[in-house]
Amino acid sequence: MDFGFTEEQEMLRTSARDFLTTECPADLVKEMAEDQQGYKPDMWAKIAELGWMGLAFPEQYEGMGMTFLDLAVLLEEMGRAVLPGPFFSSVVEAGFAVLEAGSEEQKKEILSKIATGEAIATLAVTEPSASYEASAIAVTAKGEGDGYVIDGTKLFVDNAHIADYIIVAARTKEGGKPEEGITLFVVEGKAPGITTTLLKTISGSKQCEVIFDKVKVPKANVLGDVDKGWPVVDKVIEKAAVAKCAEMVGGAQAALDMSVAYAKERVQFGKPIGAFQAIQHHCANMLIDVDSSRFLTYQAAWKVSEGMEATMEVSMAKAWVNEAYRRVTQLGHQIHGGIGFCMDHDMPLYFKAAKTGESLFGTSDWHREKVAQELGL
Amino acid sequence: MDFSFKPEQEAYRQEIRDFIKKELPPGFEAGVGGHVESDEEWKIARSMTKKLAQKGWLNIAWPKEYGGQNNHMFSVILNEEMNYWCAPGLDFGGVGMLAPALMAHGNEEQKKEHLAKIAAGDVVWCQGWSEPEAGSDLPNLKTRAVEDGDDYVINGQKVWTSLAHHADWCFLLVKTDPEAQPKHRGITFILVDFKTPGITVSPLVTMSKERSFSEVFYDNVRVPKKNVVGQVNGGFKVAMTAAGFERSGIYRIALALRNVDRLIEWAKRPQPDGTVPAKDPVVRQKLADLYIRGRIARLLAYRVAWLQTQGAEPEWEASIARVFGSEFQQYAGHTGASLQGMYGMLMRDSKWADPECNMALQSILGIGATIAAGTSEVQRNAIALRGLGLPRG
Repeated sequence: MDFGFTEEQEMLRTSARDFLTTECPADLVKEMAEDQQGYKPDMWAKIAELGWMGLAFPEQYEGMGMTFLDLAVLLEEMGRAVLPGPFFSSVVEAGFAVLEAGSEEQKKEILSKIATGEAIATLAVTEPSASYEASAIAVTAKGEGDGYVIDGTKLFVDNAHIADYIIVAARTKEGGKPEEGITLFVVEGKAPGITTTLLKTISGSKQCEVIFDKVKVPKANVLGDVDKGWPVVDKVIEKAAVAKCAEMVGGAQAALDMSVAYAKERVQFGKPIGAFQAIQHHCANMLIDVDSSRFLTYQAAWKVSEGMEATMEVSMAKAWVNEAYRRVTQLGHQIHGGIGFCMDHDMPLYFKAAKTGESLFGTSDWHREKVAQELGL
Repeated sequence: MDFSFKPEQEAYRQEIRDFIKKELPPGFEAGVGGHVESDEEWKIARSMTKKLAQKGWLNIAWPKEYGGQNNHMFSVILNEEMNYWCAPGLDFGGVGMLAPALMAHGNEEQKKEHLAKIAAGDVVWCQGWSEPEAGSDLPNLKTRAVEDGDDYVINGQKVWTSLAHHADWCFLLVKTDPEAQPKHRGITFILVDFKTPGITVSPLVTMSKERSFSEVFYDNVRVPKKNVVGQVNGGFKVAMTAAGFERSGIYRIALALRNVDRLIEWAKRPQPDGTVPAKDPVVRQKLADLYIRGRIARLLAYRVAWLQTQGAEPEWEASIARVFGSEFQQYAGHTGASLQGMYGMLMRDSKWADPECNMALQSILGIGATIAAGTSEVQRNAIALRGLGLPRG
């Protein structure tokens, strides 16, 4: 066992923290929450220049050839800074789907463009049922001439409003098991027949409704095998769940750091409130939640990174981190008192990020059920 | 990062399992930390200790110059397996506490007299620290040692002394300077032969009906000065070394992991009314939650051992493992008993009790989990002060 990071990972962490501290201050995060686009193109270009978008992509696709575990280290820092923008949707959701199932040509085109920041991409799986189960896929793609016609509504599609590519999971065959008959398509974000509506979320996270009205897609845009798209989606959701955990761990750590710093400087009854045991125990509980979340997350990320079966570890992590991050931010607010409840303060960023992260890629109940299944219950 | 065990660690784990299967009578189950109740069970526990010693496992974490293998990971694996399979025989007091203190602070004569016997499992040691007025506030202890020629004469009372009714020797904390401020500077660490006249052991019965600890009264007990470990009035430092060696708290976690595994199997079995608990979504959620907490507790405990292999001295990290592990044990006992409904109140030897999965006793033991060896509150204080640098109140 080795609970430590490599020297390269420590360097990545340090450089990411330095960059994000300068380029992504809390004020920018607040501004982007209200902004329609949700990201600054100039910062996006700088991130692309650092190579982060292609960090875990192979070198032949403009990537850096680093591991998923390395990416987790970077995501932790992004979560700490509550980085706005389409990094997660482009790299983790769409990028890994293309990496998993794409043809050489598709990988060369799409992954390279994602890596260089030239294109923004996303993955459209969930629908109004808000479920990550295969049975929830009702959007259809019917064969017509040389291609397919996609119809239906996708919901909670991350950054679809600015996406150049949307990877869509659609049903191509009815009957049989729900997992069978689902196909992935690469669809241009602005293709005729697509209507995107930005939803108003608690954190300003750019979740969209995407309506497909007879959207024509050529056969060449099928990603992977026809009718066999679900195992790909399953794998990507698994990676996205643990990647989201890494972000959430970073956010939880930031909320803890901020609260401890405040507890040391805020004076009441003639002493710093951090000298009171009630506050100390809140802080200790936060650290216990942060630490437990971190190791559970990195255990899952390590397994994914090593190409090992990780369903159990990923579900354990997401089930736990969802609730741990919420508890940490709740206690952080309690320590800050009224000032933390104000819009101008930074604490709300973390509470809202926790709420958003909790609902994406599986709630705690959903993941606990997966753990129960893994236990043979 | 690497969350796997090395092949030799996996092989060692299997060797321990084979050992337990071979040496432990079928159906034998010790309690928390290997506790046994009857004289007959105690004989089995002692024989297990001797066998562990013969294999060189008892002191596997000790430095090599004292006959150990300096292997904290092996030690945690051993602790985990022994406690998971409810096997008695590990020696926490002698091997895990006194010996490291002797290695760091004892003189050559003391090391020569005691270490080999501890490694051989020949002597039962108990820890005489807590008192009625010195629980979490240990420096407030009052048991007095007064110089008289070549001896100290000891008077006072200790409490919660585990194994006192079986002990041959005790490592005792006594007050040698009642005026010292801060109070911990007036404490001395001294070794006491339990056959010395004036010692009375009075076992306490816990709410689980076990005699796991005792009150011990010292009435003019004469102990040679040469039995002082470290400096006179410097005993608190020796005590901290003793407390700092085995810090993972894996023994509680292992016991609770076993309970969770038993519950998972229980949930798959049809109950007297024919229902199968595992089909109930609420039961599934609770068991999955328990399982996750167990895996976290285990990770946190192994992190402590890993830090020790790196030469670090984990403090707040150990407190985190302790808080999480003991609260997990407690939660597992309560949740298990609650899942079993009315059957959850039946003790193991009752008619209608499930012999394979009895949670009533576990729910009682959970009460003690967050109190023994540093309450959850004391551990949280340590996390806040040492881990987060918050100011003292």
